[in-house]
Amino acid sequence: MTTMHTQYRLRRMLAAALAGSLLAAGNVAASGGGALADHAGVDVSNVASLQRGARNFVNYCMGCHSAQYVRYNRLGQDLGISEKQLVDNLMFAAQKPTETMTIAMRPADAARWFGTAPPDLSLIARNRGADYLFNFLRGFYLDPARPSGVNNVMLPNTAMPHVLAELQGVREAVFAEEGSEGATHTVFHEFRTVAPGRLGAEEYDQFVRDIVNFLVYIGEPIQLERQRLGLAVLAFLLVFGILSYLLKKEIWKDVR
Amino acid sequence: MSDEADLSRRHFLTVATSVAGGVGVVLAATPFVASFKPSARAQALGGPIQVDISKVEAGAMVRVVWRGQPVWVLRRTPEMMQHLASVPDSSLKDPGSNESDQPAYAKNTTRAVKPDILVVIGNCTHLGCAPIERFDVAPADLGPDWVGGFYCPCHGSRFDLAGRVMVGSPAPTNLPIPPYRFVGDNLVLIGDDTGASA
Amino acid sequence: MSGARTEAAAGNGRMAQLIGWIDERFPLTSLIREHATEYYAAKNFNAWYVFGVLAMVVLVIQLVTGIFLTMNYKPSAEDAFASVEYIMRDVQWGWLIRYMHSTGASAFFIVVYLHMFRAMLYGSYKNPRELLWLIGMVIYMALMAEGFFGYLLPWGQMSYWGAQVIVSLFGAVPGVGADLVEWIRGDYFISDITLNRFFALHVIAVPLVLVMLVVMHIMALHETGSLNPDGIEIKQHKDSRGIPLDGIAFHPYYTAKDLVAIVIFLALFAAVVFFAPEMGGYFLEHANFEPASMLKTPEHIAPVWYFTPFYAILRSVPSKGWGAFLMVAAIVLLFFLPWLDRCRVKSIRYRGWTYKLALSVFAVSFVALGYLGLQPATEKIFVYAARLFSALYFAFFLLMPFYTRAEKTRPVPERVKYHAAE
Repeated sequence: MTTMHTQYRLRRMLAAALAGSLLAAGNVAASGGGALADHAGVDVSNVASLQRGARNFVNYCMGCHSAQYVRYNRLGQDLGISEKQLVDNLMFAAQKPTETMTIAMRPADAARWFGTAPPDLSLIARNRGADYLFNFLRGFYLDPARPSGVNNVMLPNTAMPHVLAELQGVREAVFAEEGSEGATHTVFHEFRTVAPGRLGAEEYDQFVRDIVNFLVYIGEPIQLERQRLGLAVLAFLLVFGILSYLLKKEIWKDVR
Repeated sequence: MSDEADLSRRHFLTVATSVAGGVGVVLAATPFVASFKPSARAQALGGPIQVDISKVEAGAMVRVVWRGQPVWVLRRTPEMMQHLASVPDSSLKDPGSNESDQPAYAKNTTRAVKPDILVVIGNCTHLGCAPIERFDVAPADLGPDWVGGFYCPCHGSRFDLAGRVMVGSPAPTNLPIPPYRFVGDNLVLIGDDTGASA
Repeated sequence: MSGARTEAAAGNGRMAQLIGWIDERFPLTSLIREHATEYYAAKNFNAWYVFGVLAMVVLVIQLVTGIFLTMNYKPSAEDAFASVEYIMRDVQWGWLIRYMHSTGASAFFIVVYLHMFRAMLYGSYKNPRELLWLIGMVIYMALMAEGFFGYLLPWGQMSYWGAQVIVSLFGAVPGVGADLVEWIRGDYFISDITLNRFFALHVIAVPLVLVMLVVMHIMALHETGSLNPDGIEIKQHKDSRGIPLDGIAFHPYYTAKDLVAIVIFLALFAAVVFFAPEMGGYFLEHANFEPASMLKTPEHIAPVWYFTPFYAILRSVPSKGWGAFLMVAAIVLLFFLPWLDRCRVKSIRYRGWTYKLALSVFAVSFVALGYLGLQPATEKIFVYAARLFSALYFAFFLLMPFYTRAEKTRPVPERVKYHAAE
């Protein structure tokens, strides 16, 4: 059913990675996790951002990553996407809206192609946190030593190719030596653009932010409703608490 | 000791707190009770199914499973339709399907949307056995009056070609008809009748 | 008192007939009298005295939510992780039931730790309440077992590696360690088999024991009577009817008071469940949102917070055998508290500065060890700090016979202190 679809995605992804490795010029050595601490600044109540994130996720991530616990129709309900829009824009041909966001690529095949199977992303935001994901998707740089041609400052030696290279452009990382003599270590210093992508830096950040926002949402689709309900529960307990406190005071008038 | 005024206040507060506590217990119990209802997965698995009947010849029947129940789709031949029309009401327990379970649009003589296509749940209304199709006319075991229909091997219930139960059968009502609609000439959607009318 | 009047009101009609019918066959009225309307507790209980009833509330929450979780959870290595997400997403209200259970686990330990500390403040473990304390300690052990078995069930990375670490500890038992570890797992690694038996222990065996122990705990309490913040036995001063002069009926006085405490507790509980169910990674650890993988240990393993004081003691010693021994000793010593404490005065209100100091040092050490147990083991300063606080923790118990014998106490009053509110 979805083999064609997947193959197309896979091709596009591999092409991007290949382009990256061809452009590789400098001999940048990878080392150490980057200390990038930019805030993702996501907002799960921003439905427009979630809708864009859903589209980006389906177009760029779902070639390799599933979100096997997420049902399309739940997505539609929560993000205000009609069933028709779901079927037309977000789903693979043979799937039903009640099904979950699975992919055709089998983990065993994926492990053979990439060295490790791309993880399911249903819970990645709860596992890694939004900021990590935000910086990870902005943290790719050229590294000819890697099979994919790229490396990542957040997750050194990641098996993941830079799927978004056509959008972000190709960058290399500049590392600096730090520490006193005899005990130096390499730390990430800055990125340098080698070839610009289709999106400007701001646009790319927003693009990634939308994806991360979507990942935070699918990590726990109930989260907004949970908080709304929490307010009602606390309001009830406040009333109940006042009543029980007055009752206690009244009854304890007996005690001298 | 407390005086009378205190007692009325105490009584009021006791009642008010008890009522609030009772409401709280009921509210807290609601999610637990509701968690017994079909989950999103069960709802997904129990969703409507589409059946392509273009390959079903006249006189043939296909069986599909919807919500764990066998659903039969039978394309009745003109002869079958004649036989069905020849069944006298007096030999049927519920000829008008007044006591039986079917959508309003299937509450007619053929118990169908399209007269020749019968969509029916193949569970005997007696004790849930699966009746078998016996489309042959006047076979030795079912007697000379048999004009084709369904026969339940468990306890001998007899149904006509519209799933209506015959007098003398242990089954109380006609075979149930599921909600369904045609999404194409030969495409039946079982479990979903949005937009259908009687 | 008003109790007599309400009883008279209920005394007429069919209700009284029904109760009479029951009483001839089951001691309903006498049970209610013995444990509620005619169970007399000192009138000067303070806020420290609510944690027992709160522990009961949490027990009920855990039992009810646990039963509903088992209806959708699948105890197999293949399905466990997915079934938890099924509960979180597909089962109607499953997320609420699961968050209540996960928050309840931490809440249980919070209230039990405070309940135990109350006993140490007011000498609730002393003669004649030693058995009450011992039963309570067994409850605490059962609770730790319950928490440990339950933590494996979501089958996330932390579940898996946490179980791996704790089960490995049994390898430190001299002689039979390796066999014991294999016996616990029922396999050569933490596997589907281990998960399946931990599930059985978590949902049937330990809860059953826990409930029976709680009943025994309450029976023992009602035999001796509750102590109070003044550490005075109220049974020594009774009126002509045999009712303690300083006592008030548990119902309605303490039921009404406890209800307020329960509502406040439920509000805090709901705040966590609805607004911070992960509690910053302490109640639900981030690494546990990744399915268990036997090939990849998470970068930083720490047990759930309620085990970390003992985990810090374990880690402070650079020897597996001694580390495990000290960790067990840290728990076992608590059992001996009634006999280590030689002071005849019960409440901290009338005890000498030595015990006040010692108890403060103990409390600080326990919290500090809990914090240190959560930190990565690589920082030298943390290792030294853990050693210091471990030493203080043990000193509190081992030196207790000495500093409590010569303790300079203040005179204990005859009657409890209580000032009625306006």
